[in-house]
Amino acid sequence: MSTSFSLNGKSTTLDADPNMPLLWAVREVAGLTGTKFGCGMALCGACTVHLDGKAIRSCVTPLSTVAGRKVTTIEGLAGKPAKAVQAAWVKLQVPQCGYCQSGQIMSATALLESNSAPTDADIDSAMSGNICRCATYSRIRAAIHAAADAVKV
Amino acid sequence: MTTQPKAASRSTRREFLKSAGSVGAVALTIGFEWAGATRRTFAGPIAPSAGAAFAPNAFLRIGSDDSVTVIAKHVEMGQGAYTGIATVLAEELDADWTQVRVESAPADAARYANLAFGKIQGTGGSSAMANSWMQLREAGGKARVMLLTAAAKQWKVPLAELTVEQGTVYHAGSKRQAKFGALVATAATLPVPEAVILKDPKDFKLIGHHAPRVDASAKSDGTAQFTLDVMLPGMLVALLKRPPLFGATVKSFDATAAGAVPGVVKVVQVPRGVAVVAKGFWAAKQGRDALQIEWDDSKAEKRSSSAIMEEYRRLADQPALSARKEGDAAKAIQSAARKLSASYEFPYLAHAPMEPLDAVVKLSANSCEIWAGDQFQTIDQANAAHTAGLEPQQVSIHTLYAGGSFGRRANPGSDYIVEAVSIAKAFGADGTPIKLQWTREDDIHGGLYRPMYFHKLEAGLNAGGEITGWRHVIVGQSIVADTAFAGLIKDGIDATSVEGAANIAYAIPNIAVDLSTTKTGVPVLWWRVVGSSHTAFAVETFIDEAAHAAGQDGFTFRRKLLDRHPRMKAVLELAADKAGWSTPLPPGKGRGIAVAEAFKSFVAQVAEVSVGKDGQIKVDRVVCAVDCGTPINPDIIAAQMEGGIGFGLGAVLYGAITLKDGRIEQDNFNGYRVLRMNEMPKVEVHIVPSTEPPTGVGEPGVAPLGPAVANAIFAATGKRIHVLPFSSAGAA
Repeated sequence: MSTSFSLNGKSTTLDADPNMPLLWAVREVAGLTGTKFGCGMALCGACTVHLDGKAIRSCVTPLSTVAGRKVTTIEGLAGKPAKAVQAAWVKLQVPQCGYCQSGQIMSATALLESNSAPTDADIDSAMSGNICRCATYSRIRAAIHAAADAVKV
Repeated sequence: MTTQPKAASRSTRREFLKSAGSVGAVALTIGFEWAGATRRTFAGPIAPSAGAAFAPNAFLRIGSDDSVTVIAKHVEMGQGAYTGIATVLAEELDADWTQVRVESAPADAARYANLAFGKIQGTGGSSAMANSWMQLREAGGKARVMLLTAAAKQWKVPLAELTVEQGTVYHAGSKRQAKFGALVATAATLPVPEAVILKDPKDFKLIGHHAPRVDASAKSDGTAQFTLDVMLPGMLVALLKRPPLFGATVKSFDATAAGAVPGVVKVVQVPRGVAVVAKGFWAAKQGRDALQIEWDDSKAEKRSSSAIMEEYRRLADQPALSARKEGDAAKAIQSAARKLSASYEFPYLAHAPMEPLDAVVKLSANSCEIWAGDQFQTIDQANAAHTAGLEPQQVSIHTLYAGGSFGRRANPGSDYIVEAVSIAKAFGADGTPIKLQWTREDDIHGGLYRPMYFHKLEAGLNAGGEITGWRHVIVGQSIVADTAFAGLIKDGIDATSVEGAANIAYAIPNIAVDLSTTKTGVPVLWWRVVGSSHTAFAVETFIDEAAHAAGQDGFTFRRKLLDRHPRMKAVLELAADKAGWSTPLPPGKGRGIAVAEAFKSFVAQVAEVSVGKDGQIKVDRVVCAVDCGTPINPDIIAAQMEGGIGFGLGAVLYGAITLKDGRIEQDNFNGYRVLRMNEMPKVEVHIVPSTEPPTGVGEPGVAPLGPAVANAIFAATGKRIHVLPFSSAGAA
């Protein structure tokens, strides 16, 4: 059984169980390992990718639901907000263990793409689904504000 | 000028430990200093690898392309060890930071032992920088001398006329200069100097300054390699079905349905359960879900955590072993003008690192290759060898980035490594790489928790409000009993159960600290900041009760009792000052303070909380002061304090693993709540300038957070918290 969709801008056909969560299809079938497994229940956000530009949890999204749609993973991030987010992450030295950060960056980028000047409350609401056990939250917040400022310039 | 580390502030507890035989009969003899290292040795050179021109010791390789590769003997699990290690070596080498990269060391205790642990390679006890400090300074300094000597030789000029800066050697007289890469061929022919003069700290350019993390970019673009990301040709993925109760075993199983799942290759029984080995996670997961297993739970732990705590409460009134006795505390309390007492209950806690445990094993007849975010290389090597029926030297370990640990990957029984090896063995030991992947549920149910504890405290105050007697009883499981670390138990006292309590710093004339060590079927382990994860809460909230009883504020009361502990007093004062301790807060808000020493670092925190109309607590701000000796990388120190505060806050607000008739009641991040973005307070970190030898920062920031917040809640509401987590008492 195969599913065709756009993966990081490239038409892709993956031969896999259509019920397989997108997370495992992207990691083990397409070989893109930047997206992480954290909970398997959409509770932690480590697996966040973009589906048609919106942040979704790939661990609970069956491969079949992305047929004909656009999926972006950390490997395919492009555009001004995304690059500003990644640059701010490095500049403010956000990552510690780093395992959740792909998901954090995907959520933060989706936020900035829909809201160019997020408030702290906007950040809370967009980012509270992404757990960081190292608790890098203060720096994530600061980096999102810094990225928003950088995009404005 | 040569700088020497000063002797440790108090005698180290150097122990020689022998395996108790219950961790897979691994016969390890471990020299272990629980509270840090003072011993120094210098490791021998490593064989230069292909393309490397200059590898003067086990920790450094400089290429003809000017690249400086620092070999890290410690795992990078978020704490910044790679960057810290590289900072120290690069400082004495005078390397160009932009050319520095870090590579993980192979498992080899002869070269890469943690000097705080004696003869084993491993990371823990916030010891990475403390034990590496002089070793890596000397490694860098000697290499620098060799590069300078090489330049002197090449240019035929006196050594004393040469200077070095950021990876370039200069000769001012002849206006010649050369980058390290141009000197490595000559340097490699020179003898390694016996001794080296190290820098005066005032000349440090990287230490104490900003050296950006070496892993920040890779961890911001998805390229950092974790064990989850290991993909080897022909690799299979295994999920293991473990018993629902601790101590249960497989009675029988039916793999018919599991074996019929497309992609499932084999179903194998191993000592810890039944594993489904498949072509990928999804097939393995479906296969595991389809397994039919009958368990033998005749020897399993079937109690509820509430029943265990009930037993602990009773034990607190029974005779216990003395961990510290000065004067006669009972008598002093009995005759005191004012008596106080309180008890505290602490739950089991899971570490729940973001990366669920995983390990890749490639096992054949005479070798075992392991990929893991490995924290205890020598112990894991020995346990893997024992499981595989090999010699430890036949086991090689590729240490990868660990997606968090908080102590979980440093376990004496090497549970996840042993599982992976046992699965590879049962599969046929045919060289097929197999990745054992835990799910989050496996992690939450997986045991090796921070133990549950019950504390009972009593104090007596005289008419002047001074504490005359202090009695502290701790009841709970030993972390190290029946493990290779059992030598940490002295005269029946597990040092990890009483640290932070037995060494209470306050000047009190009569002190008694007793320990009652329990046994349950629930496996336990160290969890970030270990003993101080509970002792600091009990001590620092009870001292706050004493301050209140004496009619004094928590800061002033503590400060008066710390004259003999200047570093502890200094962080207390710094935190109070930066937090504006004496400035009033609006109604509905409260401020609390706490201080702790952990792993020879000193941390004080002031928390500010708001109480909502519904009684909900929000921690608004935490001001943190830390003295960790010479600050190696201030930004990483700040990051570890921030992270320790968030980690500790999640635990005191919500963290609890509970058992109902032996079954764990939490499964995932819904039942086992951790801190999220909207709950993170504003954090300010202030670092005490120091030229003392560096101590750890990964764990100590956790210790004072819980009591600082609890004391702030008291200030705001008048309510004391005696049962953790706060949510169990409706306070969070």
